[in-house]
This record gives sequence, C-alpha cells and structure tokens, in this order.
Amino acid sequence: MSQRYEIRFSGAGGQGLILAGVIMAEAASIYDGKQAVQSQSYGPEARGGASKSEVIVSDSMIDYPKATVVDALLALTQEACDKYSHDLKEGGILLIDSDLVTKQPKGNFKVVSFPIINTAKNEVGREIVANIVALGAIVALTGVVTRESAEKAVLARVPEAFVELNKKAFQLGYEKAAAAM
Amino acid sequence: MAKKVAFLQGNEAAAQGALYAGCKFFAGYPITPSTEVAEVLSAELPKIGGKFIQMEDEIAAMAAVIGGSLAGSKALTATSGPGLSLKQELIGYACIAETPVVIVNVMRGGPSTGMPTGPSQSDVMSAKWGTHGDHPAICLVPASVQELFEETVRAFNLAEKYRTPVMVMPDEIVAHMRERIVFPEPGELEVIDRTAPSVPPEQYKPYDTKFGDVPPLAAFGSGYRFHVTGLNKMDDGFPTTKAAVVQAEEERQVRKVDANIDDIVKFEEYMLDDAEVAVVAFGSTSRSARFAVNEARKQGIKAGLFRIKTFWPFPEKQIKALSSKVKALITPEMNLGMCTVEVRRCAEGKAPVHGIFRVDGEPINPGQILDKIKEVK
Repeated sequence: MSQRYEIRFSGAGGQGLILAGVIMAEAASIYDGKQAVQSQSYGPEARGGASKSEVIVSDSMIDYPKATVVDALLALTQEACDKYSHDLKEGGILLIDSDLVTKQPKGNFKVVSFPIINTAKNEVGREIVANIVALGAIVALTGVVTRESAEKAVLARVPEAFVELNKKAFQLGYEKAAAAM
Repeated sequence: MAKKVAFLQGNEAAAQGALYAGCKFFAGYPITPSTEVAEVLSAELPKIGGKFIQMEDEIAAMAAVIGGSLAGSKALTATSGPGLSLKQELIGYACIAETPVVIVNVMRGGPSTGMPTGPSQSDVMSAKWGTHGDHPAICLVPASVQELFEETVRAFNLAEKYRTPVMVMPDEIVAHMRERIVFPEPGELEVIDRTAPSVPPEQYKPYDTKFGDVPPLAAFGSGYRFHVTGLNKMDDGFPTTKAAVVQAEEERQVRKVDANIDDIVKFEEYMLDDAEVAVVAFGSTSRSARFAVNEARKQGIKAGLFRIKTFWPFPEKQIKALSSKVKALITPEMNLGMCTVEVRRCAEGKAPVHGIFRVDGEPINPGQILDKIKEVK
C-alpha cells in the first residue's frame, strides 16, 4: 500500500469541500492517469455540520475507498479539525485556516496555516472560492497531482464566467502554501 | 478511437447504465441517497424521446413504472430504504403480472427514516422477502462505479429475459463515491429485449406457457389486448381460483429464476485457491475485505475473498463448496447479520461463520476484518 496517498478535505457543509475532493480526484484520475476514488460523509443538513470529502490516489487498484491513515488533512473549521484529525499520519500534513482553527491538535505532523477563507474573500474577491484556494494549497503541499492537471480539472468544472476567478483562487492558494512550506 | 472515460459518481453510472440498456421510462420520487439517478435521467431521457416523471410518492412511482413497462418501454425507478418499503406491494404486483422493471435501491441506515446519509447493507432481505407471497427475486450488489454501470445493464437484461422485477442495490458508499469509468461502446455489452409475440393479436395470450416458462410480452397500444391483474391468473391474464392452474402458475413464476441460477448468479473469487480463511462480502464492504486479505497475505496468513455480486438468488452452491474447503468463514456486513444467516445456512455447519456487523453509519474498515482473520485463522 506504499503508493496509496490519502487526502481528507474537511470543514462545514456548504463550503464546497466535496467539490474540492472531486476536482483533486479528477486531476489524478483523468489528467494524471493514476487511480483515484473520492467519497464523502456529511449529515442530513444542507448547510453546516461537519463535512468531509476523502480522496485516495494510488498507482494501483484502490480497494478500500475510505481513508485508513490520512496523509494530508485540510480543516476549514475548528469542529472539523477536532473531529477529523485523529487519524492523521505521523509526518503527515495538516492545512488549517488560521482565522478559524485556533486550537491545533497535538501530534507529529507538519502544520501549514494561512487565512484561507479570508484570502478568498479579500484577495480573490469571493468567499465562495475558498474551496479552490484550499485545493491550490493542498496540491502545492502534497504534490500528489501536478499543478497543470489540477488547474485543468478546476477549469473543466467551472462555468465560463467564473474561469478567471477560480484560476486566481487556485494560484493564490498554491503560492501561499508553497511559501509557507 | 479511444473509449470515452469520465470520473463519475455511482448513481450517475447507474443512470448511464440504464440509458445504455435502452431505458426509456423513469418514474420516481426523490430520496437520499438515490436522488442523482433521477437527476441524471430527468435531463437525459427527454433528449432521446424517453419520459421522466416525478410522481406524488414512491408507491405511485412503482405503479407508473409497471405501466411504462407494459406499454413497451424499459422502465426504471430509483429509491432508498423507506421508499423500498412503500413500493413493496407493487413489486409483488410486478412479480405476479410478470412485468420487467428495474429498481435501483441505494441502501442507507434503517429501519424507517434511519440515517439518510449513512451507508448500510440492511435492505438485502427486503429484496427477497419484502413483498408477501412466493415470488422470484433477483438482486445485484455492485461494488464499484464501473460495476454499478454494468450491473444496471445486466439488471435490465435479466428483467427483460425473465419478465420479472430486478433490484440493483448499491450501498450508499458505492452509490455516492466517484471513480473513473470507461464507457463501453454500443454493442460491447449485451443488451437483451423482451421477446415479442410471434402470433397475431387475436391468438395472443400473455401467459401462454407453450412458449416456455417466460411467455412473450406484447406492448399495450400495439394492437395486442390483454388483461393485467394482481390476482392469480390463467394464460389469458384473467383471474382464476382453479387449484391446478394456480399451483402450476405459482411454481412456474418462481422457476423462472430457480431454473436459471447459473445464468443469474455472479461472483468473484480472490486468493481462494489455498485459503484457510475466507471472507464472504459484498458491496463496499468487499473492498475493505480485499484490503484486509492483502494485508493478511503479507503477514503469511492464507486468507481469501468470495465477493458476492448477485445476492439473490444466493450463491448457495459456491458457498457450500467453499465451506468444505476452509477452516472458517468471515462475513462482514453493514447490518446485523443478514448475509451471515444465508452463509451459515449454505455452510451447513461444515465451517464456522463469524459475522462482523456495523449499523452505526460507518463503514467496516479493513482493520476490523484483519483482526477477525487473525483471530479465527
């Protein structure tokens, strides 16, 4: 299972985390030619509540579609961070929103933090693209898919009118995370 | 030319499989976690001259699907646990009226409203025993997005071939997860259509056994007239209480499946040749099991996996043979022992059967299965 790489996107329902996971998995499976599975778990609420989306990337067939030990975790809320960081691997990567996750879990992993939602709101101009900012950051931190494939996958998912907005969101996320590494 | 590939959700693949099989009619009532099947078909069916209708509830949706099929269209409905309970009376109607229909039922936590977004495998008994009376039952339990596409095509084939309802039952994990899928070219997968009558309308009888156990089915509106009822019926479709006719008809309906088990039952064997411990699993749980079997092998334990693809009719013959080859069987499932009781019945005491049950909305993880393998080896 050494080639198996597990990423978990977590936060609150409505933050677009499932979509971020789908795009990541599409980048791996359609554009990078790897195997990928995306799955999710969420409550019955349409908005709010802790929500997670998991992506497994591998060079070979993926049997168990859910995370076993998480290589990289994104947490956009304190609740999600508290709930979903327990199985983060030793030496893994934790990416958090520095405004919203103030209590960091203890453990032997690398923590990268910057104001993800604030970046979307004030630097890109729309809070709604926070998931794409986070995706850009995860791509930079994990290197599990190429930047080119991830960008292609993002753009294939967004309507024409929002291409520039999402491009900018992805780039900012990527660069901020790369700088924080 | 390169084949078309996509990164698709299980439910979307079920809808695409239905279209590949020639489905032209969908009636349903939206329910999590099956709604995406309806969503895709509401967009796609009108483009190909098909019909999509959202009914007032699940019962009406099942009735509409029976009507759609009798009018000559391959017909589908999609639902989840509570909806399946509501459909049961009309599923029985489809059985006795010998109407080909496909029901995609995505398994979520139950009973009742249960856990709408949580995975489960607890509807497999409802697939066989949910509607009352003796009747044939076919239920397929795919484990991947690609397989959900292919097994939906097969479900239509079996429904058409045997003139009976067929259920496709992915658990919520398989229905909601996304994987890469390679679309088969037209003609690559077999597509079976119901047998049309070979006699003129005035000689047609909808349940005429001189054509075999599965009589040809005419489409309403094509000039062939016949009677449809939920009562026990004669060859012309009209009700009867004649003992010999009712007995023979009931037996024939069940025989349509029982005499064709080898055609219907599909399964996959993994690392079973020298296995001492066999895990018997289906749906997403079989993927945890495969992971666990691989880990066990790395540790030198002779474990294998029997993956059930057709839950009904149950792979009795194969489980029976397996149970005399291994030291122990393990049955992980997201319910409190539904597959376990069947495996135990087939094993006839030749090997102990150890269940692993979870109904808390969480999947059975590979570690749980590996621990059990080590415990019973």
